Amino acid sequence: MQPNGKPMFKSSVSASSQSSLPIRGRNICDQNLNKIKNSDVSLSAFAFLFSELIQRTQSRVTGIQDFEERLNEHGFRVGQRLVELVVWRERSPKRETRVLGILQFIHSSLWKQLFGKHADSLEKSKDVNDEYMIVDNSPVFNKFISVPKNMNQLNCCAYLAGIVEGFLTSAQFPCKATAHTVPLPSYPSRTVILVKLHSSVLRREEYLG
Amino acid sequence: MASYLAIIGTKDNPVYELEIIPIKEMNEDILKSHLHQFVAHASLDLIEQGQWTSNSLYLRSIDQFHDTMISAFLTPSNIKFILLHKTKNDDGIKLFFQELHELYIKMLMNPFYEPNQPIHSQAFDLRVRTLAKRQL
Repeated sequence: MQPNGKPMFKSSVSASSQSSLPIRGRNICDQNLNKIKNSDVSLSAFAFLFSELIQRTQSRVTGIQDFEERLNEHGFRVGQRLVELVVWRERSPKRETRVLGILQFIHSSLWKQLFGKHADSLEKSKDVNDEYMIVDNSPVFNKFISVPKNMNQLNCCAYLAGIVEGFLTSAQFPCKATAHTVPLPSYPSRTVILVKLHSSVLRREEYLG
Repeated sequence: MASYLAIIGTKDNPVYELEIIPIKEMNEDILKSHLHQFVAHASLDLIEQGQWTSNSLYLRSIDQFHDTMISAFLTPSNIKFILLHKTKNDDGIKLFFQELHELYIKMLMNPFYEPNQPIHSQAFDLRVRTLAKRQL
């Protein structure tokens, strides 16, 4: 019992789960969340890691669809965490509540934090009102991956589509995101991320007016 | 100065809880601590109502229960930080929530931690207690 009236704490982290790891040593809670100058990872290290990821996935899948789904899942987990981190690093953090707002946020802030530049364009599909497209002219993911002719339809940007899907789903805009290659003469590896929003999102948008 | 903090996930599941009880009130409050959980969860409806009309993360004081005020903070991925407190302290609570948000994101950065799972980390617990002592 403290004699000088200091408060007592009771928390859900029970005393019986004492870990043997030191609490006061180097800990994830001490790491800096802000971007430190010159802390960018080198492109070669990233390309190496990504190629190993692709190779590992390749040995475990049965087809191209499955391959893209696996990459999508990997990216989903990254997107879930990026929602919080990217918003926190903004000058005045705000939650996005409208579809257009969050898509513009992805187009500018998310791309800027991941790749250092804005995405190349954000388009709305004319025929279907729940589809939006984010275009990247030269995605860093496809730079060092060479796709064999028999797997022509595979696009490794399925990972990037997974990041966008994880980002939107965690921010309460459930959707499906897929990556498609739409090459132009000046940009041979131009990729379009097609975002298909869930019907509940559209109903909510209508309700909000 | 009695307070209760709850971090509630997207499926209304508790992720972390902390009771702060001054020694003098210890005997009375132990009996009321189950009520804190009830009151915090009851205010979830009000959070969901206000969620779509406001852009900000800190949703000030959203409810009152007899003499206890309830303040909430909503993160971009829909995790709710709810604080029950008796004294009005908007600025202190806003700073507390912002620091708590930063701690929560650091926990998220651990790839072995799935969002919505209960937080069992002793380091997190220690830091939240230090924060509470400082700000509240």
